[in-house]
Amino acid sequence: MPKIKYIEHSGKEHVIDVPNGWSVMEGAVKNLIPGIDADCGGACACATCHVYVDPQWIGKLAPKEDMEQTMLDFANGVEANSRLSCQIKVTDELEGMVIRMPESQH
Amino acid sequence: MAGSETSGAAVIIGAGQAGAQAAQSLRTEGFKGPIVMIGDEAYPPYQRPPLSKKFLAGELEEERLFLRPQAFYDEAKITLRLNTRATAIDREAHTVSLEGGEKLTYAKLLIATGTRVRRLTCPGSHLKGICDLRNIDDVRRIQPEFTPGKRMVIVGGGYIGLEVAAVAVKRGLKVTVLEMADRVMARAVSETLSRYYEDFHRKAGVDLRLGEPVAAVEGDDHVRAVATASGPIPADLVLVGIGVIPNVELAAEAGLACDNGILVDEHARTADPDVFAAGDCTNHPCAIAGRRLRLESVQNAIEQAKAAAAGMAGKPRVYAEVPWFWSDQYELKMQIAGLAEPGDTQILRGDPASGKFAVFYLRGGVVAAVESVNAAPEFMMGRQMIAKHLAVAPDRLADVNIPMKQLIS
Repeated sequence: MPKIKYIEHSGKEHVIDVPNGWSVMEGAVKNLIPGIDADCGGACACATCHVYVDPQWIGKLAPKEDMEQTMLDFANGVEANSRLSCQIKVTDELEGMVIRMPESQH
Repeated sequence: MAGSETSGAAVIIGAGQAGAQAAQSLRTEGFKGPIVMIGDEAYPPYQRPPLSKKFLAGELEEERLFLRPQAFYDEAKITLRLNTRATAIDREAHTVSLEGGEKLTYAKLLIATGTRVRRLTCPGSHLKGICDLRNIDDVRRIQPEFTPGKRMVIVGGGYIGLEVAAVAVKRGLKVTVLEMADRVMARAVSETLSRYYEDFHRKAGVDLRLGEPVAAVEGDDHVRAVATASGPIPADLVLVGIGVIPNVELAAEAGLACDNGILVDEHARTADPDVFAAGDCTNHPCAIAGRRLRLESVQNAIEQAKAAAAGMAGKPRVYAEVPWFWSDQYELKMQIAGLAEPGDTQILRGDPASGKFAVFYLRGGVVAAVESVNAAPEFMMGRQMIAKHLAVAPDRLADVNIPMKQLIS
């Protein structure tokens, strides 16, 4: 199970074992890490699971699909390394990945 | 009740999306008393939307449906009483009776009982092989029959029926959808979207029949066919998706006013200051629509539950979000914001043939609602336009060469 490091906006860190095949969003929500709302439960319908992926890892992720890109366009504080965490599927390749939370999802 | 607003217990009847959100929000709002959540299913609170999509398709394990792990409820000191049914509310005594006779005392009560499915009433509607799709156990009953080559007749061309049709036809079942109205999802979307989805389903191989109600279900013990005016349609499995009925009985028997849902105010509170209600079971004043209504959606459950929890914790807050909805069928993502009314002017933006388009609804020149298909910018900006009561020139809205962001600035 890959370990993912989630860093809250406050700087508080959580290292979580996330099962392969789960999304980065699920890894956070099911482990009580604050900062991701994911109102739609992972359907890429609400843009409330926005995160920043450490630049070192961005290249290892599957590219964004159109829907994620367009939803992301309307999130707050979007940067080049922004992603919707419900659309990042966890694989062994992502062992050690660092994810940072934005200040707010709304 | 004497004492402070937050010293007694909060009891939540219903362990769905609204109940779970309220329990969580009660803690974030600083509610210190015990929280007890009563659910009549065997499972901790879970997401329903994937049931008719990825869960039915076998692409999502049961555990991933659960909104929160058990550890969350333990840490937040939220007691889950699963497999438990509430039988009565005594508002005078501030108690909720459970099946078996136990009574729970509340300082604040939330009714989040949701809805139940409407059932067929035609001859043969008792036969085996007729299924609903509302909860995990329903899907478990469908799955053994949900195999390639099986003949599935779906009664009702609404969200549930069409989402299941999309999954079923992809799985290799032979799918017939019977809709009694002259178009699918007639209650929820414009004719433009109905026709687009009808075409898409037919091209995918669904035998979609409009204006064709069910006359009877035929069979001895197990369903064999579904009869309509044009003859019997052989069936191994029948799925009924003809709408839901709000579970208002507990509230009504406790003397709370109900009219297509439990009547609450904009703070999700009933006429009893200690009793709140949230989610699909409520009839609430909607600021956006300017009238009372009942919504069936995840967003309504979440946001109304947050408002209810705030009120239960002694910090009343108004619930006045722009309603939004989504539906996944095939590779089509439908997203809807706002509430359309008859008489609104419809503006089409984008060519449906391109696979990406939206229908905007203008009321007095102001954006009142938007329905989008694979068109997130239209949905996301549409939501903001609705919230801001923005007026837009119809010709500019219809012009896809003008980006949505420019329309709002």
